[in-house]
Amino acid sequence: MDRAKIYKNVKDINEEEFVLPGTPLCAGCGGLLALRLAYKVLGQKVVILNAAGCFTLLSTYPYTPFRSSWLYTAMACGPAGAQGIRDALDILIEKGSIPKEENLKVVVLTGDGSAYDIGLQSTSGAIHRNLDFYYICYDNEAFGNTGFQMASSSPYGSRTGTTQPSDAYPMATEQQKKDLFEIWRAHKPPYMATVSPAHPVDLSAKFKKASEYKGPKLFITLAPCPTGWGYGASRSNRIAKLAVECGIWPLKEAIEGKLKHTYIPKFKPVEEYLSLQGRYDHLFKPVRNDFTIKKIQKGIDRYWAPFLKLTSCKR
Amino acid sequence: MVREMLTGNASAAWGARLADVDYVPSFPITPQTEIIENISSWIRDREMNAKFVTMDSEHSMITAAGTAAATGARVFTATSSQGLLYGMEMLYTISGWRVPLVLVNVARAISSPITLEPDHNDILAARDSGWIQIHVENCQEALDAVLMGYKISEDERVFLPVIVNLDGFYLSFTREPVEIPDQKDVKKFLPPFNRENGYFRASKPVSRGAALLGGTGYSFFKYQMHLSACNAISVYKGVAKEFKAIFGREYDTVERYEMDDAEYVIVMSNSFATKGKAAVHIMREKGHKVGLLKLRLIRPFPADDIINELLNRKGVAIIDQNIAPGSGGILYNEVCGCLYHSKERPNILLSVIGGLGGKDISQAEFEHIIDTIKKYHNKKKVPIKPILLFTEEDMKVTNNIIDIAGI
Ligand code: SF4
Repeated sequence: MDRAKIYKNVKDINEEEFVLPGTPLCAGCGGLLALRLAYKVLGQKVVILNAAGCFTLLSTYPYTPFRSSWLYTAMACGPAGAQGIRDALDILIEKGSIPKEENLKVVVLTGDGSAYDIGLQSTSGAIHRNLDFYYICYDNEAFGNTGFQMASSSPYGSRTGTTQPSDAYPMATEQQKKDLFEIWRAHKPPYMATVSPAHPVDLSAKFKKASEYKGPKLFITLAPCPTGWGYGASRSNRIAKLAVECGIWPLKEAIEGKLKHTYIPKFKPVEEYLSLQGRYDHLFKPVRNDFTIKKIQKGIDRYWAPFLKLTSCKR
Repeated sequence: MVREMLTGNASAAWGARLADVDYVPSFPITPQTEIIENISSWIRDREMNAKFVTMDSEHSMITAAGTAAATGARVFTATSSQGLLYGMEMLYTISGWRVPLVLVNVARAISSPITLEPDHNDILAARDSGWIQIHVENCQEALDAVLMGYKISEDERVFLPVIVNLDGFYLSFTREPVEIPDQKDVKKFLPPFNRENGYFRASKPVSRGAALLGGTGYSFFKYQMHLSACNAISVYKGVAKEFKAIFGREYDTVERYEMDDAEYVIVMSNSFATKGKAAVHIMREKGHKVGLLKLRLIRPFPADDIINELLNRKGVAIIDQNIAPGSGGILYNEVCGCLYHSKERPNILLSVIGGLGGKDISQAEFEHIIDTIKKYHNKKKVPIKPILLFTEEDMKVTNNIIDIAGI
């Protein structure tokens, strides 16, 4: 268990590892780094409920990289699975069938395909029932495990296996990314946050803060994905950093629905972020698609405008 | 022990209550809902010490049931029809986790057309899911099968979940006198669930439901599941024996009615077997040597017991209250399959489809079925197609509906 009370810099982060090396995931997987960091706060008394996705392969028989428990369910029902385990532990402890030292934190681990779409009903149900659990969505912005097809988490302008750019669709993905954070926020859970593996202190502080609340504790982490996004595995951290600094991945939290940004970025032009990734190649080559690039930038500006006004007012 | 007038649903709920279950995830669906209403009231009135939760779908409900069982809770849940199909993926998943629990399915025909009354296409759609299936005919059997279900499911030679099937409307809402056993007798029969190993505990981490790539390992675990399901036949028989010793009621894998000297036999299951028995009784009074074999344990399929009962009969009609369009009756194929290698198998095996969507099977129809097998037998001919029960009266009713609609 991590001992740090507050997280000010990386030295405060627990050195102990709970996800051991040697997993079958892609080299440089940003989501895995986020999970590793989250675990350092959660500690070992954890059971993970995994919904079908890339991370399902973490525990491939007869191996597991975890020092704690794991159960794979199906794609639609991670939170429902968490409900069964949480309730069973509660009632068995209450009845005295098992000692309370055997209690566990129940953590759902899903990709965005499950979180944004097929598993959304189950998540909504669990939040509504005020289930005491953690929910971690590693968001690589497409169905990554099946080879990177469009999901409702895929950003406007990105290329996926089912939204290839064409003359009719020069922007590739034509829809805007679904705002899962706001959907969750409408439920007013006790704690929810976005995190990034490139901001480990912010991530750790948020998991620590979440632990003070009983009820749903929901996280979406950006999961830079070398294979799907089309960049070299060593660049995940840089790309995650740029996502935050360009303002396309806001770091924020909401306590009982009350929203707060935990980091105000430097607002670098989004082009810096896009141009490093193969999934946006079509916006730059063979000819530059200014319309789409501008539209993405405008989307970011529009998102931040009200918050920046608020911040400056306060000042 | 007390005797009360209970519906099939209330009887099933009593089964869960007496089994001292820890956890009941639920989602309402007609005609099952009365079960979860009863249980939730008992829990709210502190008559039952368990946790009740309303989930967001049957898919979620079956998931929560499975994960709670994987955590070592004794779990009960119930559904019907569309709900069972909606959660189908999880039936397979949970049996693969090898966790014990009991689910009551209150049979109801499947959409489309959407309808309410029973047939067995819902429950038989789950026949290959790895769950043990016990099909019941009356309210007492419903209560008793839930108790037996836990004992079978929690036996380490089995470790598979159990579905108890009872018919919607005909049984779910019919009141019958039911003996409610004493809690202390039930405790003797069904001690608390041993949750020593393999459950989620801080001191003993386990990884379950792990991915397995490649057919070799997959086959290994699937064969294990099959062999454990086969073990459930002898486990069932042992449990039935213990049940009889404590409660006095006897439940074999199949039930024989007027079978001793029967030349012609009707094979059927569930609540309509009561209609079948009444028809056999009347035919017996008329001097026909007919009998009825009721299938109770449908998964595992008790082939040896069925073969034993059907050898040397002149003819057998298998009434399927289900339909596999383009094939016929589901149980017909299974009964035929198990008889094939026996030289003394019946000459005539007739497939009959009836009772779909709860449509009645009349005395005249039962007699027609027996006449038909006899005719085939006497003329040394064999039936090639299933009989689809539909009388002139049924046609009239249908035409009348169409007329009213003005089509
Ligand atoms: S596809 Fe992407 S998200 Fe999935 S394991 Fe590989 S890098 Fe991680």
